[in-house]
Amino acid sequence: MTIDELRQRIADFLAAHDPATTDRLEFLRARYDAGLAWVHFPEGHGGLGLPQAWQLDVDELFEQAGAPDNNPQMNGIGLGMAAPTILAFGTEEQKQRFLRPLWTGEEIWCQLFSEPGAGSDLAGLATRAVPDGPDWLVNGQKVWTSGAHFADFAILVARTDPDQPKHRGMSYFLCDMSDPGVDVRPLRQITGEAEFNEVFLNDVRIPDAHRLGEVGQGWQVATATLNNERVAIGGRAAPRESGMVGVVSQTWREHPQRRTPELHDRLLRLWVEAEVARLTGHRLRQKLAQGQLGPEGAAMKVTFARLNQQLSGLEVELLGEQGLRYSDWSMARPDRVDFTGRDAGYRYLRAKGNSIEGGTTEVLRNIVAERVLGLPAEARADKDIPWKDLPK
Amino acid sequence: MSDLNLLYTDVEDDLRSSVRDLLTDRCAPADVAAVYDDDRSAVAGLWQALAVDLGLAGLLVPEDRGGAGASAREAAVVLEELGRAAAPVPFLTSAVVATTVLAETGGDLLGDLASGELTAALVVPLSTAPDGALATVRVADGRLTGTVTSVAGALEADVLLVPVETREGIAVYAVSATEVVLEPVVSLDMTRQLADVTLNGVVAAPLISDAEGAVRRALRTGAALLASEQLGVARWCLEETVDYLKQRRQFGRVVGGFQALKHRLADVAIGVDSAAAAARNAAAALAADDPDAEVATAVAQAYCGDFAVTAAEEAVQLHGGIGMTWEHPAHLHLKRAKADQIAFGTPGKHRARLAELVELPAAGG
Repeated sequence: MTIDELRQRIADFLAAHDPATTDRLEFLRARYDAGLAWVHFPEGHGGLGLPQAWQLDVDELFEQAGAPDNNPQMNGIGLGMAAPTILAFGTEEQKQRFLRPLWTGEEIWCQLFSEPGAGSDLAGLATRAVPDGPDWLVNGQKVWTSGAHFADFAILVARTDPDQPKHRGMSYFLCDMSDPGVDVRPLRQITGEAEFNEVFLNDVRIPDAHRLGEVGQGWQVATATLNNERVAIGGRAAPRESGMVGVVSQTWREHPQRRTPELHDRLLRLWVEAEVARLTGHRLRQKLAQGQLGPEGAAMKVTFARLNQQLSGLEVELLGEQGLRYSDWSMARPDRVDFTGRDAGYRYLRAKGNSIEGGTTEVLRNIVAERVLGLPAEARADKDIPWKDLPK
Repeated sequence: MSDLNLLYTDVEDDLRSSVRDLLTDRCAPADVAAVYDDDRSAVAGLWQALAVDLGLAGLLVPEDRGGAGASAREAAVVLEELGRAAAPVPFLTSAVVATTVLAETGGDLLGDLASGELTAALVVPLSTAPDGALATVRVADGRLTGTVTSVAGALEADVLLVPVETREGIAVYAVSATEVVLEPVVSLDMTRQLADVTLNGVVAAPLISDAEGAVRRALRTGAALLASEQLGVARWCLEETVDYLKQRRQFGRVVGGFQALKHRLADVAIGVDSAAAAARNAAAALAADDPDAEVATAVAQAYCGDFAVTAAEEAVQLHGGIGMTWEHPAHLHLKRAKADQIAFGTPGKHRARLAELVELPAAGG
């Protein structure tokens, strides 16, 4: 299929399903069934097996036609991480069961990976999954789970064989969040709100049919998920002055009386770096379209985190007395992440998470050094020892 | 802002390999270091090979004027390679800047530059920003008088393009190098050695009257493409340092495995990718005559100017003692990077210009 044939197919679809008169859910389901959801996915699973780069055109055409969206702000984990992993490792039944309601937003997903004792060292995780008839019984504690309070399903990694070294004894599951053993508690963060949760798993029952990949293959599956996360964070197309640099530039333009030469110098340096980062992201997407992408997404994320932090810090100073005020410390539970929302103080505090979530800057530097530059890997004294014998 | 290709085309990759092959053969670090000890014996032959044998002198000259009719994108790739080798040749000053000054002129001079028969230089201090002051030479009764300091490419030039303040504005005069006093300067970067140029009543006629637009365009082109040279310098520094840290052992291990060092190299690698995006964007914008070219140039210079210095300073530090020696070529790149930071306007000057272009006014503005 050529891109023009694809455009024609979209036009035909829109003619048959007028967004103005078609029920929202009915429209989304029909779009999925027509293979126009994510066109790089295979036929029968919402796609047409076309190049991923064409998806931008597809989304634009639907947006121009006033089509309803699939609530992507609330389902970032589902769309960006769970879906490609299910596609890559799922059985035919799993793909049929999960991908359609995931794409339409009927089922929202969250991610049960990190634990209090397993952050950067995710492979050290201690949540246990034990076979029980046709099911697995899962016990443990997860943390930093955004959206757990409204998610329907979770991607979950748990230890299934503690006698194996840590990377080999894990399995990957699709967990129903309505199971009575799932206990979600808000985790209040430095902004005052609770965007994340702690999730306690007490005898949570997961059918073996909801295991993704082989028993013991959990690490490989989880790695595929995390690679998608970094691409998702680093690789988005953006116009000039979008994101934090746009917010701070606007504040600068609106407050001439607050300008000083020192702040001007810092702003211009950061503006240049943000523009260069935008171009670097653009170049990364061009490489991706040619299939040349390595772990450079990690590099993008390091830059993104640093710039968000420096720019948001600059804005608080720029605002002076107004920067001393904060909008609201009460514990809200937002249903979406907004790095550039609310006020300058909020943005400054929220940006502190950017160099921690999705891989700390320090771990990402290791990735760049080892996988891009080929420098020696960190010593891993624990990699051949059975997990149960590791010092806890 | 159109959707510019920030990668390299196959043609550009081929051009890069021919330039790199030639530089590997004829521009070894020892040949380059020799220019600091006044041994420039390798320079003329190297420039002849690049300018004439590879035809790089005429890269930016249209085919109907005897050149290759290539664009800023290809010239940028050549500059990446010249920066990588810290090559002591007047490509940027003659084949880019002087050639751009002459782009709109008739006459034989452009063709003579394209063939490599003649080499030219624009007579302004190397530090001149695209919006900087241009002319200090005066004309009276058809005679040019004045001194211009710190001119790059003048020592290699046969023809000097001299901006002159006239009653009608700035004109460019072409003067034979034999008619001026050229005082070589002991330069921080001897691979692009400067000279003070003095004209003592040289008789000449204007080549371009109303030349300010042409001169500023040439300086902007120089600034935009210098970013690619800076990228080449930085990329060499990264690759050389990574290679060294993979084999250097202390405390019984390869030192590149220490996080204190490998994290610094990761930051340099991230910077090199960023510099590549900025430099390719400036070259592509120029090649496409994009309305965004001036912003792209200021961004590229503001970023790459400082980053090449950082990459070179990191190379020296991470090499340890050997990086401080004359024998190791890191110093050639450090000196080139530091001089390049000032060339065609400092990063600070480009940020100030950017502040106007993108409407982020200074205090009181």
